[in-house]
Amino acid sequence: MTPSHSSYSENGPVPLVEFQQVTKAYGRGAAEVKALRGLNVRIHEKEFVAVMGPSGSGKSTCMNILGCLDIPTTGSYLFGGIPVGTLSRDQRAILRRHYLGFVFQGYNLLGRTSAMENVELPLLYRRTPASRRHSLAREALRTVGLEGFEHHTPAELSGGQQQRVAIARAIVAQPALLLADEPTGNLDTEKSHEIMDMLRSFNSGLGITIIMVTHEPDMAAYAGRVIRFKDGQVDSDNRNGGKA
Amino acid sequence: MYLQTLFIALREIRRNAMRSFLTILGIIIGVSAVIIMSTIGNGATAKVTADIARLGSNMLSIRPGQMRGPGGASAEAKPLEMADVTAIEREVGNLEAVAPTATKGVTVIYGNMNWSTSVIGTTNRYLAVRDWEIAEGRPFSESETRSGKMVCLIGQTVRRELFGGQSPVGEQVRIGRQSCRVAGLLQSKGQSSFGTDQDDIVLIPLQAFQSKISGNRDISRIYLSVNEGASTEQAQEEIRLLLRERRRVGPKESDDFSVFDMKEISDTMTGTTEVLTTLLSAVAAVSLLVGGIGIMNIMLVSVTERTREIGVRLAIGAREREVLLQFLVEAVVLSTLGGITGILFGVSSSFGITNLLRIPYVLDPLMIIIAFIFSTAIGIIFGFFPARKAAHLNPIDALRHE
Repeated sequence: MTPSHSSYSENGPVPLVEFQQVTKAYGRGAAEVKALRGLNVRIHEKEFVAVMGPSGSGKSTCMNILGCLDIPTTGSYLFGGIPVGTLSRDQRAILRRHYLGFVFQGYNLLGRTSAMENVELPLLYRRTPASRRHSLAREALRTVGLEGFEHHTPAELSGGQQQRVAIARAIVAQPALLLADEPTGNLDTEKSHEIMDMLRSFNSGLGITIIMVTHEPDMAAYAGRVIRFKDGQVDSDNRNGGKA
Repeated sequence: MYLQTLFIALREIRRNAMRSFLTILGIIIGVSAVIIMSTIGNGATAKVTADIARLGSNMLSIRPGQMRGPGGASAEAKPLEMADVTAIEREVGNLEAVAPTATKGVTVIYGNMNWSTSVIGTTNRYLAVRDWEIAEGRPFSESETRSGKMVCLIGQTVRRELFGGQSPVGEQVRIGRQSCRVAGLLQSKGQSSFGTDQDDIVLIPLQAFQSKISGNRDISRIYLSVNEGASTEQAQEEIRLLLRERRRVGPKESDDFSVFDMKEISDTMTGTTEVLTTLLSAVAAVSLLVGGIGIMNIMLVSVTERTREIGVRLAIGAREREVLLQFLVEAVVLSTLGGITGILFGVSSSFGITNLLRIPYVLDPLMIIIAFIFSTAIGIIFGFFPARKAAHLNPIDALRHE
C-alpha cells in the first residue's frame, strides 16, 4: 500500500492525488445533500494549491476526502495511485500517519502539553524512537522559528506561535501532502503573511505538496494554483506564477 | 507500543492531576474500606478467640435455670447448693478444679472513697479455674476459707478507684456493713469478650459471703475446669446426669439448670464475628463498585471534553485500537493507582485503628492481592465503555466539536 507518487506512468508523472468522478452525499432520501457532484481534479507532487469557494461549495468535503478522513460515495479518490475508498478505517489511519500532515484553523494543539510534546505526537504514532523523536521535534520547532519555546504550553503562546507549533507538528514527519484548512483564519494580516511565507518555503524548499483552503485572495496568491469550488464542482482552476 | 501507550496515559494523568485524584478517590476509599473492615474483623475474631482461651477453653460453668445464652437466667429455678459442689467433686472424673460462686452488687468503701462493684463469694479454686494470678499479696488461707473470715482479693479496677496508685494489701475496706481486710491484689484480666470489665471485682471467701453479705446459702454459679486433654463434652454429660438426679428432674422434664462449655461459646462468638466481618467487607466492596462507576463517569466526561484532542489524534494517524488502548490504559492506570493508594491507606489506618481498639493486627495478604486485582479489573471494566466511545468517534466530527 505504498503510494507510488514518485514513479512515472506512460502518460507522464502519476498525480499525487486524483479525484475521478467523485460524488459525496450526506443523509438519505429527501434529506439527502450532495456535497460533491462529479469532481475531477488531479494534483501533482510539489504543487501548492489554494482551494477557494463559498461555504457549502464542497471544499470542506473535498479536504476531508483528500485527508483520507472520509471516502467518496461514488467515483474514486486515488492517493498515490491507491483507491482510498477501498481501504478500511485503520488502513486510512496508517496512510495519514505516514503521508499526511494537517494544519487547522483552530490550531488544535493539546492543552497543558508542551510545544515539544505536541510536535512529537505524529512521531509517537510512527513509533519513532525517543531520542530521534526529540531531535526531529526540536528541528521542526527551529524551522518554524520557535527555538527556545520547546517547553511552553499553548496557553503560554500567542495565536501565531500556536499555529507555528501546529505547522511544526504537521511537517515533523515529513509528509508527502500537507493539508491546511484556513491556516490564517484566526490570525491578523502580519502573522498571516509570516505563516504563508513559511508554507511557501516548505513547498519550494522541502518539496512538500500543500493544499490549502482559504477565503482570502491575498493568501491564495501565495499558491501556484487556485481551484475555485461552486456547488460541489470545480468552478475554475487557474495556475498563477505565485506571489513573487 | 504498550510502553508508549502507558507513557501517554501517565502524561494525561499528570496533565489533569486534580481531576485524576478526584476520580480515584472512590477507589481509594473503597479499597481502604475493604482492607480496614477485614483487618478489624480478623483482629476481633482473633481477640475473641484469645479471650476465650484466656477464660479457659477447658472451662465449664453451671447455672440454675435453662438458659439460651450467657446472661439469660430464669429466676424461678431452684438455686445450686454446696452439696452439689461436693457431689460433683466426688463423682465426676477428670476435673481439675471446682469453684462455687455467689455474687452480689455491693458498694465498697475505703476512707472517703466508695465504689460499686460485684462481690463474689468463692474459694481459692476460683483462681485456678479462671487461670488468674495474684499480682500482690496472697490468696485466701485454708482457715480463712473455712472460718468465713472477712478477707478479700480485689481486682485492678477496684484498686484504681479506691486506692489510686497506693498498695491496697493489708488495708481495711468496708463491704456493705462489714469491715474486710485486703489480702491480695489480682492481676489485670481486661475486658471480657462480652464487653464487661473483669477487673471490676472483689473476691471474698464463700463462707463469709453467705453469712455476712447475702444471708443465704445459695450458690449462683459453679465454675469447673477439666484436666488437660480430657473431654469437656464427657464431663458436661456426667454433670448433667448427676444434677438431674440430685435435683430430681423427671425423665420427661428438661433440665432446670444449664452447663456451659466455653468452647461452644467460643465457637459461637467466633462465628458471629466472622459473619460480621464478611458483612462489613461486603458493604465496603459495594463502595468499591461505586468507585468504579465514578471512574466510568469521569472517563466519559473526559472523552467528551477531549473530543477535539481525539479528533487530532485520529487525523494524525492514530488507529481505533490505539485510541481505545490509550483511554483504557488511562482508566486502568488510574484505578490501579487508586488501588495502591487505597492499600497503603487501608493498611496504615487499620494498623492505627486496631491499636486504638486494642485488638490484634491481623493483616490478610490475600485480601491485599484481591483488592489490587479487583481495583485493576474495575479500571478495565468501567474504562472499556468510555474508551470504546472515544475510539469510535468520527475524526471529522471530533475535529469540529466545540
